Amino acid sequence: MTTKEYETYYVPAQSHWPIVGAVALFFIALGAGKYVSMLESGESSWGGWMLLAGLAMCIYMVYGWFSNVIQESMSGKYSHQMDNSFKQGMSWFIFSEVMFFAAFFGALLYARVFSVPWLDGAGNNFMTGEVLWPEFTATWPLIKTPDGTETTAMGWYGLPLLNTILLLTSSVTAHFAHVALEQDKRKQLKVWLGLTILLGLTFLFFQVEEYAHGYSEEMKLYLDSGIYGNTFYMLTGFHGMHVTLGTIMLIAVFFRVLKGHFTPKNHFAFQAASWYWHFVDVVWVLLFFFVYII
Amino acid sequence: MTTDVIQDTDHQHDEHHDHKMTGLKRWLYTTNHKDIGSMYLWFSFIMFLVGGAMAMVIRAELFQPGLQIIEPDFFNQMTTVHGLIMVFGAIMPAFTGLANWMIPMMVGAPDMALPRLNNWSFWILPFAFSILLMSFFIGGGAPNFGWTFYAPLSTTYSNGSTAFFVFAVHIMGISSIMGAINIVVTIMNMRAPGMTYMKMPLFVWTFFITAYLLIAVMPVLAGTVTMVLTDTYFGTSFFDAAGGGDPVMFQHIFWFFGHPEVYIMILPAFGIVSTTIPAFSRKPLFGYSSMVYATASIAFLSFIVWAHHMFTTGMPLFGELFFMYCTMLIAVPTGVKVFNWVATMWRGAISFETPMLFSLAFVILFTIGGFSGLMLAMTPVDFQYHDTYFVVAHFHYVLVTGALFSIYAGAYYWLPKWTGYMYDDALSKWHFWCSLISVNLLFFPMHFLGLAGMPRRIPDYALQFADFNKWVSIGGFAFGLSQLIFLAVVIKCIKGGKKAEAKPWDGAEGLEWTVPSPAPYHTFEKPPKID
Repeated sequence: MTTKEYETYYVPAQSHWPIVGAVALFFIALGAGKYVSMLESGESSWGGWMLLAGLAMCIYMVYGWFSNVIQESMSGKYSHQMDNSFKQGMSWFIFSEVMFFAAFFGALLYARVFSVPWLDGAGNNFMTGEVLWPEFTATWPLIKTPDGTETTAMGWYGLPLLNTILLLTSSVTAHFAHVALEQDKRKQLKVWLGLTILLGLTFLFFQVEEYAHGYSEEMKLYLDSGIYGNTFYMLTGFHGMHVTLGTIMLIAVFFRVLKGHFTPKNHFAFQAASWYWHFVDVVWVLLFFFVYII
Repeated sequence: MTTDVIQDTDHQHDEHHDHKMTGLKRWLYTTNHKDIGSMYLWFSFIMFLVGGAMAMVIRAELFQPGLQIIEPDFFNQMTTVHGLIMVFGAIMPAFTGLANWMIPMMVGAPDMALPRLNNWSFWILPFAFSILLMSFFIGGGAPNFGWTFYAPLSTTYSNGSTAFFVFAVHIMGISSIMGAINIVVTIMNMRAPGMTYMKMPLFVWTFFITAYLLIAVMPVLAGTVTMVLTDTYFGTSFFDAAGGGDPVMFQHIFWFFGHPEVYIMILPAFGIVSTTIPAFSRKPLFGYSSMVYATASIAFLSFIVWAHHMFTTGMPLFGELFFMYCTMLIAVPTGVKVFNWVATMWRGAISFETPMLFSLAFVILFTIGGFSGLMLAMTPVDFQYHDTYFVVAHFHYVLVTGALFSIYAGAYYWLPKWTGYMYDDALSKWHFWCSLISVNLLFFPMHFLGLAGMPRRIPDYALQFADFNKWVSIGGFAFGLSQLIFLAVVIKCIKGGKKAEAKPWDGAEGLEWTVPSPAPYHTFEKPPKID
């Protein structure tokens, strides 16, 4: 390649945010470790307080760090190459999130396809069924576990279907917001983005409703109701946490839009939040299919 | 690859002088890939000594049959934390340190792509390992369920350390994922103009592929430890048959992470010796592109061989066969690599500087570890080897004489570039020869112990194993002490010595040798031109 002008790549000077973040994670991990260890005994400990302090510190760090980055970006320190670094970084982060969910989907499918039938004597496990739990019959959803815990399966119609429609719609509105931003139609951008946030919040509201319904005396679907309850709550729970995070990202972006940030060509933060939103949407579709429908 | 670089490093240095803080703040707040690389390397060496001290305790207890020094439960804590520290605290951060130091210089980038994130990735580690080590003093003691934390040992039968272990692993994982994303983005986005993918040094390629493995499997580890946490403390039954789960499911999910993890610890080693062997053979690397494809193939295969760790769990026959054949297939790309290293040396003008000695030892001893791996891959014979010292011998050959020796080769190779001085040659040769002899005394007899049936992870053993264990322990202590020589060499090299030239090795290739030694604080702020 011959000579070509390259923009300088912005390497920030020292920053104290990383070490604040590291200490925050230390408090979170140690505090959570202590808190969880003490749960069974019921005694109070310093764990919970340390966890809260860590979380507060983490929020402070994220706020401060992102403010720095936004200032740098607004003052024109970033090059096109820098923008690419952010975009690629965000895509690989989302990929890592996909793999996190893959672990839980893997557990769900393994239980359904292998371990539950095996406990009923499938394959070469005839004696397992006979000796350990002769009363046990393999079904999915597993509404009666080998040790006799009973529960009810959550149907796919009603709230879950409504939530699917809400989230799918929100992905479309997020896309419209993006198109509006690229065409520099700020008013439409605000409307579509606001609508996306509202849909996300409604989704979360109904998710909580659904959990309340699951935990009612009528359904008795608890986190510890055997492998069906485990996978149901862990998958939907982690998904819900990701929707919450995505909504927070969208709200932050919304406030930046109100402040007049982002241009049709330069709007990494918007794009990152919108990618993240589409990602939680895709996870939900898989979840709806594997957890609720089949 | 030829380079034509005009350096205005003095100018760059002046311009940025004011940015370099002094004292503790420099290290806490730094965004410089060289500072962060050095911190990673020092951290990993400290962890190596801590984990090594635990190995000494293990070998002291196993010096004789019977229970001499420590309780069986503490013995289990020692083997567990030794494994965790060596894998996550010593080998992986050492490689990340090398990546941080070298990749920006090798691809002609001013720094890592996301410098602040880089500093965060590092500083999480000391805190994560503090939590792990603190668990010795909190509650029922440190993790005692093996570094593989199989359920139900880590769930139903946990000694109360599971929660600390789980959260420590979580933040370690965050550190690894962010570090890996940084490496991928740096390589994809920060290469100097003209540095095409197939012109990158193989060192960069191996880290590129390793970083992908990390991004793909560290989240699976996070998922695994989360399930262990909820099984232990929140009543779920992922790994409990009474609730419809399966303890074997733990092993499937864990090893889906665990097997790629093994290659995360060896692929960068391939990259290092693929740099040093051509340099000291004064010949270009034989079969560069086949090396790239072999690395990628090994990475791909690593995702479909995990159950070879579980042949004795009673898998369906189809599973046993599938995983056996896939595992054996790995020997093909690995063979390509060993063949290429040998072919690189063939008719080369070889000289035996310390980095080359470690690289040669790597090729031979790693191959021994590779062959014992092939033996373990055969399902029917694995029934005999499973959970014996044969396995211990196998993975220590690939991790100590493999990964660790390559790290030493890299450290000696680049020490002049890092410090600006040549290391003490005589002392470094002492380090090499003492390590080489003691490491074989340490690990080779373990093969015989394993074949004779001595199980791993036990504090006591039958009398017929006594003689070999005595020699293994002596080898262990000698190997442990030999590593202190390395510490002496490094400290001496930092303090002074013969001035190193910009390119102290006449056969060395690559952009890192076009900058002065020691490398200036900022390099390649303007991308170099590559023909």
